[in-house]
Amino acid sequence: MTFSKEDMARRAAAEIVEGSIVNLGIGLPTLCADYLPAGDGDVGHAFLHSENGLLGMGPFPYEGDEHPQLINAGKQTVTVLPGGSTFDSAVSFAMIRGGHVDLAILGAMQVSAAGDLANWAVPGGRIMGIGGAMDLATGCRRVIALMQHATKDGEHKLVATCTYPLTATRVVSRVITELGVFDPAGDGFRVIELAPGVERAQVASLTGAPLW
Amino acid sequence: MSVTANPGRHHHKVRDSVAAALDGLDSGMTVMVGGFGLCGNAEALIAGVVARGVRDLTLVSNNAGAIGKGLATWLRAGIVRKVVCSYLGTNEDLHSRMAAGTIEVEVNPQGTLVERMRAAGAGIPAFYTPTGVGTVVEDGKEVKEFDGRRYLLERALHADFALIRAHQVDRFGNLRFYRTARNFSPVMATAARTAVVEADQLVEVGAIDPDDVHLPGIYVHRIVEVRDHEDPIEFRTVRQRGGA
Repeated sequence: MTFSKEDMARRAAAEIVEGSIVNLGIGLPTLCADYLPAGDGDVGHAFLHSENGLLGMGPFPYEGDEHPQLINAGKQTVTVLPGGSTFDSAVSFAMIRGGHVDLAILGAMQVSAAGDLANWAVPGGRIMGIGGAMDLATGCRRVIALMQHATKDGEHKLVATCTYPLTATRVVSRVITELGVFDPAGDGFRVIELAPGVERAQVASLTGAPLW
Repeated sequence: MSVTANPGRHHHKVRDSVAAALDGLDSGMTVMVGGFGLCGNAEALIAGVVARGVRDLTLVSNNAGAIGKGLATWLRAGIVRKVVCSYLGTNEDLHSRMAAGTIEVEVNPQGTLVERMRAAGAGIPAFYTPTGVGTVVEDGKEVKEFDGRRYLLERALHADFALIRAHQVDRFGNLRFYRTARNFSPVMATAARTAVVEADQLVEVGAIDPDDVHLPGIYVHRIVEVRDHEDPIEFRTVRQRGGA
């Protein structure tokens, strides 16, 4: 047994502190929004930031309510919650770079034991671009990587040193994969939690750095 | 006796056609175009540039089009020499031309891209940012340490023209945007020698309350009203009524 994608999103959502501002990356991290508790703060449990210029992002619109001028950073139609605001890209990235966004949950291709993040380019692959990835990884106060533990071919993604182009150095404080929860600890990964039925030896064989 | 012969740049801004609004946009120029993907594109101005027959443009835009629409039409028309953007994604028109070597592509981190424009518009020639330190973005750039943290020196980014779209525009060029259609547009207007706005709705001076102006008209030089837009959605995501 391993964590399903929904389990991973739920586990990552549990990291979201009540009363915080959170940016969810494109792909699996977006699912975390479905597992936020209602919360009793003035604007609910947490407010979601989308770097294209939206704070207080709500769920997908009901069919027929979608609007081409209300999208998230993944260019999906979304909604805005009461208390939400819209702003230009310079303001949005000043929020990020200025340390006003408490947490980013991002997808990752590789994370090193030092917390280096590689999530924007595959060597030899085609360049998709950087987008907001470097600003988010560098500027958000806490960065969690939500990712598959290894590639489909069994190549390590939790590694001693990243071999893919870096997004930022020493920024990831926690990694959540289908096998469990791990913290980069400098020369290895500290095991915080294993998914139900997952053995430590199994994780060790799929991890490119020592486990502590 | 009058002491001035020519009126200033803010005398009359409203143009009666897209072609008139694009007067002076020539081959070889640097053009910034607002929008996040297709969201908030100045559709008529984008089409107008193709119709104008210019070429060798340097295009500055976050994505340079998508799904064959928006700025992808510039790529297909072969009028772009260089693209400065943050994200190519699945823009096949850009990937194929980059692979063929017919277009040069410069990728910037998104926050750096927009801050370079902001700096240009604010009279700041360069600035230090932590984004990109220790990555390929650092290559060839000055690195300086402040309070124990390393930063890259990034240069301001200017343009000859900015082509943007706004929801509500008065005749002086005060702008209001709708939701996330704002994105890069107001910042691009500040960074360009000539800023042209495509107005969904043109209103009289005074119709927009001063406290509600998103971009003051000092940054806008030409206005053309265009009421109909395609406004394509790249990813239509919805939830079912009555569901969670």
